[in-house]
Amino acid sequence: MTAPVQLPAPGGALVFRGLTLGYARHPAVHHLDGTIAAGSLTAVVGPNGAGKSTLLKGIMGEIAPLEGEVVRPGLARQDIAYLPQAAEIDRAFPISVFDLVAMGLWRRVGPWRSLKPHRAAVEAALAAVGLTGFERRPIGTLSGGQLRRALFARVLLQDARVILLDEPFAAIDARTTDELLALVRGWQAEGRTVVAVLHDLDQVGRHFPSTLLLAREAVAWGATAEVLVPDNLRRARRLCEAWDEEAPVCRAPSAAHRHDHPERDEPDHAPHGHHTHGHVA
Amino acid sequence: MIDFLTAPFVEFAFMRRALAGCVALSVGAAPVGVFLTLRRMSLMSEAMSHAILPGAAVGFLWAGLSLPAMTLGGLVAGLAVALLSGFVARSTVLREDASLAAFYLISLAGGVLLISARGSSIDLLHILFGTVLALDDDALLLLGGIATVTLAVLAIAYRPLVMECVDPLFLRSVGRASGPVHYCFLALVVLNLVGGFAALGTLLAVGLMLLPAVTARFWALDLTGLMPAAVVLALIASVSGLLVSYYGSLPTGPAIVLTAGVLYLASMLLGPRGGLVWRLVPARHLEA
Repeated sequence: MTAPVQLPAPGGALVFRGLTLGYARHPAVHHLDGTIAAGSLTAVVGPNGAGKSTLLKGIMGEIAPLEGEVVRPGLARQDIAYLPQAAEIDRAFPISVFDLVAMGLWRRVGPWRSLKPHRAAVEAALAAVGLTGFERRPIGTLSGGQLRRALFARVLLQDARVILLDEPFAAIDARTTDELLALVRGWQAEGRTVVAVLHDLDQVGRHFPSTLLLAREAVAWGATAEVLVPDNLRRARRLCEAWDEEAPVCRAPSAAHRHDHPERDEPDHAPHGHHTHGHVA
Repeated sequence: MIDFLTAPFVEFAFMRRALAGCVALSVGAAPVGVFLTLRRMSLMSEAMSHAILPGAAVGFLWAGLSLPAMTLGGLVAGLAVALLSGFVARSTVLREDASLAAFYLISLAGGVLLISARGSSIDLLHILFGTVLALDDDALLLLGGIATVTLAVLAIAYRPLVMECVDPLFLRSVGRASGPVHYCFLALVVLNLVGGFAALGTLLAVGLMLLPAVTARFWALDLTGLMPAAVVLALIASVSGLLVSYYGSLPTGPAIVLTAGVLYLASMLLGPRGGLVWRLVPARHLEA
């Protein structure tokens, strides 16, 4: 039971087909097409309100698409681990750091099986994020950064094939960030798919091979060095943060419709940007 | 002295029955109350106890002052309100407290209307303040059954319930347990309120559920301490409340809840975990 899951080469990819996510009919992610390849390490960057967190929630199934779909071939719900930006954690609840981190074992222990055989794994995860010795501390006594590290440890224990991180290094000190980045690189080496929302473009440039620059639409998507150029970043800033109460209904044809008539796809969608990894038929 | 404490129970069968009922209620309701307070839903149980009233009223109008009919009615009304408000909270913008407030007000108004249309004020007092000194076999079986079911469900759903309390988003992200666990818990609350309603009446049904749970916070740090502490406090309140009501010829329900209230006030002052008195003599801070 303690062995890590086998990670077969195929599967584990995330495919977006005309994906539109939003709130009260206003799109926060607008007609996104493309594939996050299995085993890739992708950074999602963009200005505030660009739809980055919304995209991760959409991948999780936490919010339903307004249109289009996310296809997760061969992935069950528990194969995706998610570190939210603002976790809904009740810090006043009297539970220890050990128990909080051990929640990551849910897939293996479920509601009834004993935690005992996994004690070493939990301690290893705590050690990996530098929280050794904090096992018995109530979570209410942790600082913001320490709690974040505990949640990172929980993601470690989830041992998932796809890992979504929403601003994982916010409120974490530089040394710990470097250690956690090493962990993230390790995940990729193990064949896991990692998608991280980040703001530090230097960090992205140094550690993330591919990048999706999002500003409701995909401004650019591909190799990080080609995406993070001044021209793209300027365009992203311009495109963003437009919430128009009086916005007209989007006239772009629906995803299903477009897939019935692929030849009509490109002309209709030139303004929506298709600097993507390419379509999946 | 011992005689003073045991004589009422030795002499009178109705006191033994009342004690048995209160023990069953304490064992089941107090742990549920611990989870309620930890989830900041303390007042939710108060609202829910009002929601039970119309169901009980319908039972009363249908079969007179019959415990099974009123219990069944209360159970149906309470579960309906709990499930409806849970459903509204999970599928609209309303939070659970807001949707529950809406449903319980509708329910309470209906209940008051029904009772005033038919019953006398004596009957109303029975419904509001309970019949703990007149528990028959059916009522005892009901209370015992509720306690058994409560403990079993808490044992089975303990881990997901704690996860749902601490980090509901995480539980939703790893599986489908979140919804069922939430509804299960609401059902337990209703079940125990209906039990409390039989023994203590609607107005005080919340008493044995919440007061010991709140008091336990002054005695224990984590769940494994809070739940036993709450049960013990509820048992103390039950026994002393019954004795007070026996010797003072006072109504039983209020006596039990007031005893629990006295325990709360005393613990608030003297409890080893954050009692007010200890603040007056602050200990010097530690080195690390």
